[in-house]
Amino acid sequence: MSNAPPKMTASGVDVFYGAKQAIRDVSIDVRQEDVTAFIGPSGCGKSTFLRTLNRMNDTIPGARVTGDVRLDGEDVYAKAMDVVQLRARVGMVFQKPNPFPKSIFENVAYGPRIHGLARSKADLAQIVERSLTRAGLWNEVKDRLGDSGTALSGGQQQRLCIARAIAVDPEVILMDEPCSALDPVATARIEELIHDLRGRYAIVIVTHNMQQAARVSQRTAFFHLGQLVEYGDTSDIFTNPREERTKDYITGRYG
Amino acid sequence: MANSQEHTVKAFDQDIGQLRGLISQMGGLAESAIAEAMTALQRGDAEQAARVAEGDRKIDALEAEVERTAVRIIALRAPMADDLREVVAALKIAGVVERIADYAKNIARRVPQIESEHRIDPISTLPAMAKMASEMVHEVLNAFAARDPDKALAVCESDRALDDFYDSIFRTLVTYMVENPKTISQCAHLLFVAKNLERIGDHATNVAEMVYFAATGTRLTERDKLHHGGTI
Amino acid sequence: MSGTLVPEAPVRAAVPVERRPTDWRTASMQRRVRQRYAAERRFRLLGLAAVVASAAFLLFLLASMLARGAGGFVETRVALPLDLARAGLNVTPAQLRGPRADLALAGAGLEAAVDTAAEAAFARGGGAALLSDAAWLRVREAVKRDPSLLGRRVTIDVPVASRLDIAFKGGGTRADRAVARSLAPRLSRGLNRDFFRGADSTDPTRAGIWGALKGSLLTMVVTLLLAFPIGVLSALYLEEYAPRNRWTDLIEVSINNLAAVPSIIFGLLGLAVFLGTFHMPRSAALVGGLTLALMTTPVIVIAARNAIGAVPPSIRDAARALGASPVQVVFHHVLPLALPGILTGTIIGMARALGETAPLLMIGMRAFIAAPPERLTDPATVLPVQIFLWSDDVQAGFVEKTSAAIIVLLVFLLAMNGLAIYLRNRFETRW
Repeated sequence: MSNAPPKMTASGVDVFYGAKQAIRDVSIDVRQEDVTAFIGPSGCGKSTFLRTLNRMNDTIPGARVTGDVRLDGEDVYAKAMDVVQLRARVGMVFQKPNPFPKSIFENVAYGPRIHGLARSKADLAQIVERSLTRAGLWNEVKDRLGDSGTALSGGQQQRLCIARAIAVDPEVILMDEPCSALDPVATARIEELIHDLRGRYAIVIVTHNMQQAARVSQRTAFFHLGQLVEYGDTSDIFTNPREERTKDYITGRYG
Repeated sequence: MANSQEHTVKAFDQDIGQLRGLISQMGGLAESAIAEAMTALQRGDAEQAARVAEGDRKIDALEAEVERTAVRIIALRAPMADDLREVVAALKIAGVVERIADYAKNIARRVPQIESEHRIDPISTLPAMAKMASEMVHEVLNAFAARDPDKALAVCESDRALDDFYDSIFRTLVTYMVENPKTISQCAHLLFVAKNLERIGDHATNVAEMVYFAATGTRLTERDKLHHGGTI
Repeated sequence: MSGTLVPEAPVRAAVPVERRPTDWRTASMQRRVRQRYAAERRFRLLGLAAVVASAAFLLFLLASMLARGAGGFVETRVALPLDLARAGLNVTPAQLRGPRADLALAGAGLEAAVDTAAEAAFARGGGAALLSDAAWLRVREAVKRDPSLLGRRVTIDVPVASRLDIAFKGGGTRADRAVARSLAPRLSRGLNRDFFRGADSTDPTRAGIWGALKGSLLTMVVTLLLAFPIGVLSALYLEEYAPRNRWTDLIEVSINNLAAVPSIIFGLLGLAVFLGTFHMPRSAALVGGLTLALMTTPVIVIAARNAIGAVPPSIRDAARALGASPVQVVFHHVLPLALPGILTGTIIGMARALGETAPLLMIGMRAFIAAPPERLTDPATVLPVQIFLWSDDVQAGFVEKTSAAIIVLLVFLLAMNGLAIYLRNRFETRW
């Protein structure tokens, strides 16, 4: 493990939906070189916490976030932080693939367009090609970039969404159960893709599939009832967890 | 540190239970093999000795069954944390118990080779050593069933006593051989028997280490064993 | 131990429950199946009957309108022999080419010459009374096109008076029909172009629909230009930006109720506010458009809100997660996807506005407008009001004109709908 400071840090984060508290005093570090997995039962708050990292909770009426969340040391919730630029630096991939009802090219080009990242049309085309290649989709779609993004298969659509997120050259990629809607073959491809992306982007993946967390991540955090119960190296969590609740969850003793 | 809470998927508990049952069975058979071998040795009963050798096959079959069951659990249940450690430990323990039973078989094989006319004294001390070794096996398998690391540590302690016992029998037999050169061949066999028993004790200690790891997830260091006074 | 080396793995065997399998072939079951099939068939037939009944009503309406209105597009003409050389018109060909040709011809006494010719030609039938008041205008147009007519004899087909027109088409009194029969060899039928070019008139043969049509077009344009942006922007704000609290709920309820308010109330509102307080010109297309915009905006707001709300939130999330600002999310993603629904709502609203009579009557668009409106502030009337006015007229010739105007209104409606559907389809496939 390198000694570089963590890419994103959270300390003492609470999240409220109206009067209900969804996240209680969570503190965690996300390192640049690791894939970090959030696991936990349904409703434990892992997706909610993921969304606090790119301020997607702002879009939910009644959501309130307190505490300290930092990206490279900058406070993410400060007034000076531009949400639009934050979300370009911290990208997100969702559970159900949601490509825009536009062409494949337009899907990937949309992000660079609105942020003004391409200097020319040729530059844009290059960004699109690079993103699709990194997402492992280029060879399958290079001859039909004009086709609609929604005409692809589920696994391809999810890779398209990943390419779309990569196109704005983020520093962190958040994935909210990216493989839940996919079959095992597509899932394996995405997991391999995560492995390839590791290091270039800090990746945080929420998954309810423990085996997937075990396969893809280096660090795992177990959430339960809105609290961070245990956070450590993946192999330690799955072979010898320290907390009783963690052990009960991963061995299948749900009570 | 037994986890009394059951798995949500009950069949998982049943599978683990089956594995433990197999190990218990093997242990029981191994213990009785040791006892019967010693009885045959004391009485010079060649037939009983032959039965012990036969019975070893059952233990081998049980070991194969444990292996099959463990592989099935790993494939179908994806065990994690202490479940995983327990399954891996069960696999290794089965192999060790099978070797313990082999030692019992070896003891039984020597029975026909020891002449029955002259019953020498040292024979009478061996059963006590065998009982000690057998108890170690019994205790350590109890520790496995209960997932109790402290019991496992206690077994490591008792290995010291067994080693001391071996040393004293060694000296006794050597002295006896020097004084009664005609009994050298018998005593030689008895030496091997004693060695086998001592090895059984060592294997029980190995099992204790596996039980400790399965229960706690950390290896038993030499310091722990020395702290409890065991010899290396 | 028994023969097995290891105990049987305890299998969780299914506990056998006492259950007799259902017999699906008993008489009662089969009766149920038959009844179910019969019910399904009945329902399908009922649906079909409803569709057929609606279609029948529609066809009946169209057929009766077409039957009665077809005549309105046709004018009866009589061949009038003219000897313009001898008529004594003091007008030169040079004057005819200039812009004041109409004035010159009028001043030269062309109308009187035509009357004289008619008296001479149809002395027995009724003379000049057989011709429509617009007959001399037809001659005037012919002369302007070909000034050489001034120097020779010529026979020109001119429109007949309303009574003869009706008689030739099979209506009117027996005496009139006899006259028509007697004149039959010289009578002909043709397309009534004046119907499409002229404005309202007291003479049924001269009455045209263009005035009302232009009035309707201008009013619709004003309505669309006001109601569409206001409606769509309101819907966008309410759906995307407004917080969900009691005030927005109140607004939503109010808009829903407004859409159901009888249209005449809006007429009263227009009368009081636009005419009374702002003193805007009475009977102008501008005021009509404003009043109808008030009426149409709630409809558009409701349809637009539904369309915008139907856009899946996953698209918004995806756009936001990429760093799109709220405005970009709305204009790049939400609006294009909601556009088909918005256009549908707009079609419905505009179609309703096109056919509204009551509010426009209240603001005074019921006057007799003799000329098509030039500007938005000129007095104007609209198609439905024109239809209403003509249907009220006692003259027999207006019956077919009314039906003809209804046909024009229906065609206009169809064209509007067609345009909107085309637009909707175009936007739908693009994305």
